[in-house]
Amino acid sequence: MEIIIILIIISLLVAISFLVAFLWAVKSGQFEDRYTPSVRVLFDEEKKIGNNNKKL
Amino acid sequence: MSNEKAYINEQVICYHCGDICKDKTIGKEEKFFCCQGCKIVFEILEENKLCKYYDFEKTPGISPAVRSESKYSYLEDEQTARQILDFSDAKINTVTFYIPQIHCSSCIWLLENINRLNKGIVSSQVNFLQKKLSLKFLNDKTSLKEIAELLDSIGYEPLINLDSVEKKKKSNYNKKLYYKIGVAGFAAGNIMLFSFPEYFGLDRSLDSVFGNFFGYLNLLISIPVLLYSASVYYLPAIKALRKRAINIDFPISLGIFALFFRSAYEILAQTGAGYSDSLTMLVFLLLVGKIFQNKTYDALNFERTYKSYFPLSVSIIKSGIETTIPLSKLKKGDRIIVRNGELIPADSILFKGDGNIDYGFVTGESIPVNKILGEIVYAGGKQYGEAIELEVLKDVSQSYLTQLWNNDTFTKKEDQTVSWFSNMVGKYFTIAVLLIANVSTIIWLNINPGIALSVFTSVLIVACPCAIALAIPFTLGNALRNYGKGNFYLKNINTIERLAKTDTIVFDKTGTITQSGNSSVNFIGEPLDELEKSIVKSISRHSTHPLSRRVYLEYQDCEHFEISNLKEYSGKGISGNILISKVALGSYAFAIGKPEPEKHPGEEKSSKVYFSINDRLRGVFSINNSYRKGLEEVIKSLGNDYKLHLLSGDNENERPHLSKIFNNNSILHFKQSPEDKLNYILRLQADGKRVLMIGDGLNDAGAIKQSDVGISVSEDISGFSPSCDGILDAENFSKLPEMISYAKTSMKIIYMSFVFSVLYNIIGLYFAVNGLLSPLFAAVLMPVSSVSVVLFCVIASDFMARKKLGEIRFYNVL
Repeated sequence: MEIIIILIIISLLVAISFLVAFLWAVKSGQFEDRYTPSVRVLFDEEKKIGNNNKKL
Repeated sequence: MSNEKAYINEQVICYHCGDICKDKTIGKEEKFFCCQGCKIVFEILEENKLCKYYDFEKTPGISPAVRSESKYSYLEDEQTARQILDFSDAKINTVTFYIPQIHCSSCIWLLENINRLNKGIVSSQVNFLQKKLSLKFLNDKTSLKEIAELLDSIGYEPLINLDSVEKKKKSNYNKKLYYKIGVAGFAAGNIMLFSFPEYFGLDRSLDSVFGNFFGYLNLLISIPVLLYSASVYYLPAIKALRKRAINIDFPISLGIFALFFRSAYEILAQTGAGYSDSLTMLVFLLLVGKIFQNKTYDALNFERTYKSYFPLSVSIIKSGIETTIPLSKLKKGDRIIVRNGELIPADSILFKGDGNIDYGFVTGESIPVNKILGEIVYAGGKQYGEAIELEVLKDVSQSYLTQLWNNDTFTKKEDQTVSWFSNMVGKYFTIAVLLIANVSTIIWLNINPGIALSVFTSVLIVACPCAIALAIPFTLGNALRNYGKGNFYLKNINTIERLAKTDTIVFDKTGTITQSGNSSVNFIGEPLDELEKSIVKSISRHSTHPLSRRVYLEYQDCEHFEISNLKEYSGKGISGNILISKVALGSYAFAIGKPEPEKHPGEEKSSKVYFSINDRLRGVFSINNSYRKGLEEVIKSLGNDYKLHLLSGDNENERPHLSKIFNNNSILHFKQSPEDKLNYILRLQADGKRVLMIGDGLNDAGAIKQSDVGISVSEDISGFSPSCDGILDAENFSKLPEMISYAKTSMKIIYMSFVFSVLYNIIGLYFAVNGLLSPLFAAVLMPVSSVSVVLFCVIASDFMARKKLGEIRFYNVL
């Protein structure tokens, strides 16, 4: 049964790595502009994009 | 998009900006443009293969403003440039421009491909919600001035003013809140998992190894929540205690500490599993509420002063040579040049040129005023037409308009960010809870001293007013969003609470209840021929009366005649001789020389200017007071519940008409200076009134700031507005009574949810004082009470918004 203790510690480490990833994302400013990237991703250099009528 | 010509009601609209083409001759390859400016922008984009700009949105462009050569020459000044640049080294500079014109995805595409127009730009990035453009550029290839001019030439005029330089730092408070939520969420999730064995009846006597292991782990994980995540509650609580007050953060902090130390004791003494799950979940939920209430409108600025509108630098003439100096170095006696579209930075005397000054910023009245040599022009006006030379009379900060900001109202530190209701609750709640905790502890000491301490902590835990602490941010935060959908943007949630408590409403007139620049002039009588039109223009040009000024604007393109024997009688009219005729413009009695006949009822709605030639009536100019749509209904419905006041900077001309709209209890004041308005609000407040001020221009800035709630009515929400608590889109002005009543409804929802949460507390307290509060019971009761209260608040608040604000067009650009 002691294996459960080890497994739980591992799972906690995984959870901590997600927490660190979240903190890093906040720090690097990913939550500062939550709109522009969603538009930017639709711009394409090669292909011609159809009429994007999404109301802003 | 294949159709190159777009038609609206058979009218040709501009391919670039979408305006109606009055002149249908400006075209290119079957595309039409409303003006040369738009065509030039199109040609620039076409030449550089940037026509994809027109693919994302129809007619995305902005018609570029006419610009003088030296508009951006101040950017050549090294000191000024250094203030504007975010970062600069020998090779690369970084700069962020605020560009209010950013409005669609085409804008983002063009501005992020701007390096095709200027090879010196390395990278560019748009923040759409904040309407900001960040640029990196090479020092040796281009300059700040070139970039500003390039942006301006394609219609994206960067707004550079004193304010943008002084307030560059942005607080990272919100980031910290996200960190704290992350930590609390992490802890809550993991602790809940580790507590499952406990929930499902782990037998501690059989599995003491696991029981202890999970206990220590939970305690360890909850330490950062106690020390870091929950710290947002300790500081305000301590601050309030220092002022000998108790706010809602105090019982919350008390509950958090009771939870932690009770858990620590149980775990370390191996008597139980502790309440770490409740603790972390509670902190997590509370922080989510904090994030929710912090909805802000990035593109709007509620903290503007005159500095937000004043330029960074001015052109001065020193011994015959024109140079540019920073505004802060402008001194009394300097000779300055103000060009078309530029702002007058300080009170001055007109020295050279023909002044045609628009005080729209200051008064909300956008009809330009003519100024002649030797007249004083006040700071805040915008010159239209030729360049004028001025001699500065007063320092920038001492001018008629700007000295308003030296008033105490603006230097006072704001302490209106704390909710009144939650503090009342916090105070009485804490007293009641401490009383119950102590009484039940004393009773238990007599019955069973062993569990007396555990009863004491149980009461503190279960009585934590977390439901009410969540009801306020969720109800008001939701209301804030619903207001936003109705194009009414409030600074923060406490504004709603204060709005609900106001009992007096003060209106400004020009620009607030009237529509700026939208009055219409109708000529009643035989149509005027060209000669007569020129006569009207020539005489009205000299008048100072606003109605005649409005007539002048209608005919300003006509020919001009010399006038002899010019006489103006204030409040009556203006007369003079043109060619061989005597011409008069003014009131009926003045123009005709006979007393005015009885008016028909309903005729008063518009102001009239009578026009006579040789004492014979030629016709009447009827100028419709363009009061805002629905004004009468707004005033009528507000007049029932509120005491209304009107403060106007104008003369009494409109009093008869306005006193018909306002009811008899209302008080109308005219000829009010910006400072009069501020002092008027102060007097009302001294009488114990809670004042809602509704204004628009910089001349209302003092009154808006001083009032309990100051709302600015604006036709262009991201454009101009003074420092205020809320910005109302002029289009929804008629919804004002419903908006205010929705604030009251929101407060009612909070009171109701308060009753709910007290009921939950009573249930919890019953178990707590009887010494029956188990960790599992706490872990269920606390989230259930919090979540049900939050759901009630959000659903009720949405329902009422639909009921009250429902007819508003629900579109939102922010």
